Amino acid sequence: MKYNWDWSVLLCRPLAADPSSTAESGTDQSTGATEFGGGLLQTFDTGAECAQPYFDWIVSGLGWTVVVAICAWVITFSIGSVVGIARTVENRWVRAAAAAYVEFFRNIPLLVQMFLWFFVLPELLPEDAGRFVKRELPLPEYWTAIVCLGFYHASRTAEQVRAGIESIPRGQTDAGLAMGLTPTQVYRYVLLPVSYRIIIPPLTSDFMGIFKNSSVALTIGVLELTAQSRQIAEYTFNIFEAFTVATVLYMMVTLIVVTAMRFVESKVHIPGTIALGGD
Amino acid sequence: MFEDFDFQVIVEAGPILWQGMLITLLLTAVAIVGGILLGTVLALMRLSRFGPLSFLAGRYVDAFRSTPLILVIFWFYFAVPIVVGRPIGGLYSVLIAFTLFEAAYYCEIIRAGIQSIRRPQVHAGLALGLTPWQTMKSIVLPQAFRNMVPVLLTQAIVLFQDTSLVYVVGLKDFLTAADLVAVRDNRVVELYMFAAVVYFVLCLLGSLWVRRLKRQYAI
Repeated sequence: MKYNWDWSVLLCRPLAADPSSTAESGTDQSTGATEFGGGLLQTFDTGAECAQPYFDWIVSGLGWTVVVAICAWVITFSIGSVVGIARTVENRWVRAAAAAYVEFFRNIPLLVQMFLWFFVLPELLPEDAGRFVKRELPLPEYWTAIVCLGFYHASRTAEQVRAGIESIPRGQTDAGLAMGLTPTQVYRYVLLPVSYRIIIPPLTSDFMGIFKNSSVALTIGVLELTAQSRQIAEYTFNIFEAFTVATVLYMMVTLIVVTAMRFVESKVHIPGTIALGGD
Repeated sequence: MFEDFDFQVIVEAGPILWQGMLITLLLTAVAIVGGILLGTVLALMRLSRFGPLSFLAGRYVDAFRSTPLILVIFWFYFAVPIVVGRPIGGLYSVLIAFTLFEAAYYCEIIRAGIQSIRRPQVHAGLALGLTPWQTMKSIVLPQAFRNMVPVLLTQAIVLFQDTSLVYVVGLKDFLTAADLVAVRDNRVVELYMFAAVVYFVLCLLGSLWVRRLKRQYAI
């Protein structure tokens, strides 16, 4: 295997490789002036032959990954809770509708759903709404990615919420009803407080799923971490460095989230259960 | 909204889509078989008493499980030719990527399956004079796999859906084929919706089948 490792490329982007500056010099008639300006930048800013380092791309990519993942998780958690609860209620029609939601979003690949939201939905909407989504909405690909990831993962979270509720013995519901609570109150004061505490581990892995799947958004043009690292790999041919940085960052975020959620879990752990058994 | 929906486009795209579906099925099949084989080895390593082995397998699983599949596909698509020293084609890179990636997930499923077998079974095997390896092979693993079948198949359905991600390196699987036709004929709505329907029907049938198996296989 012949490969020259060169980490400096991430910290220092050679000016010649800067796509924006080459584009400018292509259109600008006074090419010398552009170079001069670039030269000034070198002496004042870093003292090296650097434009904006590629590392900035990585940082911005990580930022978008985190923002998209957190926003999508808010949607996931809200819809997932509603659908999950709906799957456990008495009313047959509500249960069927919730089950249909889960089957629909679970059985179509995320990438296909991404395309449906981004390319197909605006065509099917009424004209005004379609035009708004296509033309007027700022950052359409980011909104689409967030909504798509949110709806997709809600089907999984709904199953966790349902499993959490169903894991509580029937007697607790009966006791609550016998004490004169309404069904809503039974959910609010008896079932949900317990089940959410039980399902923290699967909810954490759901969140990690959203975090990792946010990389699928690069197919519709979201410049998140994976997209940025591929871009760097393509500009510099320093494939290993670019992908190593991205991989390490994904692992670090995973580690941080998992550690934090272990702590949360131990704080809210229900006495007398065998939570935190771990590996 | 469906008044100008053109079914003819889909019919004409039939052969291309079918070729794509074959690639998708090939990817799925290879990744399932390779993933389960390698996953079993990894699971046995993880459960081994020999520290370094279980450490290695553990880090392998952690690494793949905390990395997005798309990034893994990129890794192998760009890096394998450099490591091998010559271009080997996208299909092989992607096959390797999927097998290694899925092995990490299968490892965790198989490990849980093995751990679900009760200790006395192992003791009984050893007491009968079987070696530890024979006990694992003829007592623990057969029962473990029987317990695991539904979970393994559910993971296979997830894998089937995930193969669509080879779109990012332009390998002509089912979705990429649909995308090519969609762009070529400017029929995005028809082709993407058709792809969604095909995936939905196949995965729904798969999960209904798994549900039936679960009832049958329950010990």
